[in-house]
Amino acid sequence: MTAVARRLSIGNWLPAALGIATVVAFFAALEGLIQAGLVNRFIVPPPSEIIASFGRVLTEEHVVSRFFFTLGECFAAGVMITVFGIAGGVLLHRYKLLQEAVETWVAALAAAPVVLAYPLFMVIFGRSAWTIIMIGFVAALPPVILKTLEGLSGTRKVLINVGKSFNLTGSQQFWKIMFPAALPTMFVGVRLGLIFALINIVGVEFLINYGGLGQLINDLAERYDLPGTYAAICFVILVSVVFFVFLEKAERWLRPVD
Amino acid sequence: MAETGRLTRTAQAAPMFSPVTLLRVAIILALLAGWELLSRSGWLYRDVVPSWLAIGKALGDLLFHADYYFHLGVTAAEIGAALAIGGISGLAVGIVIGANRFLAKAYEPYLYYLGPTPKIIFFPIMIMWFGVGPGSKIALGTLSCFFPVALSAAAGMRQIDKVLIKVGQSFRANTWQTVMKIYLPAMRHPIINGIRLGLGVALIGTLLAETKLSNKGIGFLIIQAYSVFDMPRMYAMLIVLFVLAIGANALVGRLGGLHTIRR
Repeated sequence: MTAVARRLSIGNWLPAALGIATVVAFFAALEGLIQAGLVNRFIVPPPSEIIASFGRVLTEEHVVSRFFFTLGECFAAGVMITVFGIAGGVLLHRYKLLQEAVETWVAALAAAPVVLAYPLFMVIFGRSAWTIIMIGFVAALPPVILKTLEGLSGTRKVLINVGKSFNLTGSQQFWKIMFPAALPTMFVGVRLGLIFALINIVGVEFLINYGGLGQLINDLAERYDLPGTYAAICFVILVSVVFFVFLEKAERWLRPVD
Repeated sequence: MAETGRLTRTAQAAPMFSPVTLLRVAIILALLAGWELLSRSGWLYRDVVPSWLAIGKALGDLLFHADYYFHLGVTAAEIGAALAIGGISGLAVGIVIGANRFLAKAYEPYLYYLGPTPKIIFFPIMIMWFGVGPGSKIALGTLSCFFPVALSAAAGMRQIDKVLIKVGQSFRANTWQTVMKIYLPAMRHPIINGIRLGLGVALIGTLLAETKLSNKGIGFLIIQAYSVFDMPRMYAMLIVLFVLAIGANALVGRLGGLHTIRR
């Protein structure tokens, strides 16, 4: 290995090692402070107890089935945002007047705290998975519409001209040129939408005490099972991070060159 | 004369309302009419979709009731405190991480991946640490607000023109002067953008916490209206809340001059 390559390799793993070491040192210090009685263990359980409760939470609290329940809700919301979001974006792109009239409204909806309307959704859909899915859907719809619109509007003129030179019909022009050209940008919208959906779905599960992983945290907190609550929160964070990484990889696969 | 004639023709040709405005008005009227029709149809449970008249009356009652402003004040104070604590700490962390490539590689992935996780799940912990009062709501708002501000500030630091920093060094500016006179002015747009995002998530975090466990604030009023099934009042509160949230978001953007950025 050359000196430059070695330096590059060290430059890559050293910061990552520092990050991990900081996290480990933080939890070790916390454990020490709790064992020394300087931090109340009934407020912050020792990290060793949290780690030990992982197995119990996984087996006794049916985490796997809860995970699939939340995943199912995300999948349902994801299918809905993909279908309605892309259709909405295509519709707005097709009718320019409609786009000029409502694009700012869609952007405003993206900034609106839709999740706060969850009591309203509970009244309409009851305390059921549909309430959770619909909130995920409504909160995640605007980025898909806006990104679809951006993707279609950003199709390179030269591609459209190639289509015209081949005398393509409107439908052919859309399916053979515009849609494939806009697909990577559309996926950015779907990715953002899925992230919004997951955040809202887990949050509403926690708030209405129904469903999968969000409910698990609420259940354990109400039972005052502190190590279990912390372990469940760690598990949800882990699931969220894996979900985001997976979506990022999928996006990179779909758009290898920026 | 010819000039005058041309001007007159132009003025006559301009329609009173543009087609976009007309379409917007038509969409709003269609939505209102559809809502009213649904309200009177009896297809949904009674009062799930109250008439606009009932919502308008509830809105009037709400806005002319002093009690509402007390709760609005409580929520605004909680959000303000969350924004101040989360914003300042986020800014400090963002500047430190953004200024040092090594620290950015070490810690930024944690910020990047923890940022979008649902913050409301930390509420049980916040209750343990800060109690059931406003402290836990402020803490949740702070936690929500911290990540977007820190990430925006870190990104902003990296895009500062190196020439500006060299100018500061040539004037022998100390760290404080460099931060105040070069970094912060140069990072104005990313910071305002971060604060705008931070405000949105702090608002959501604080209000959701209020709906979960509280005895004052707008979130508490919303969940109270839900528990007594006072739907017109709940709709009225949500309308006011959405208008305030979108308005605050637009105001922060405008104050920060985001609309002046050339794209």
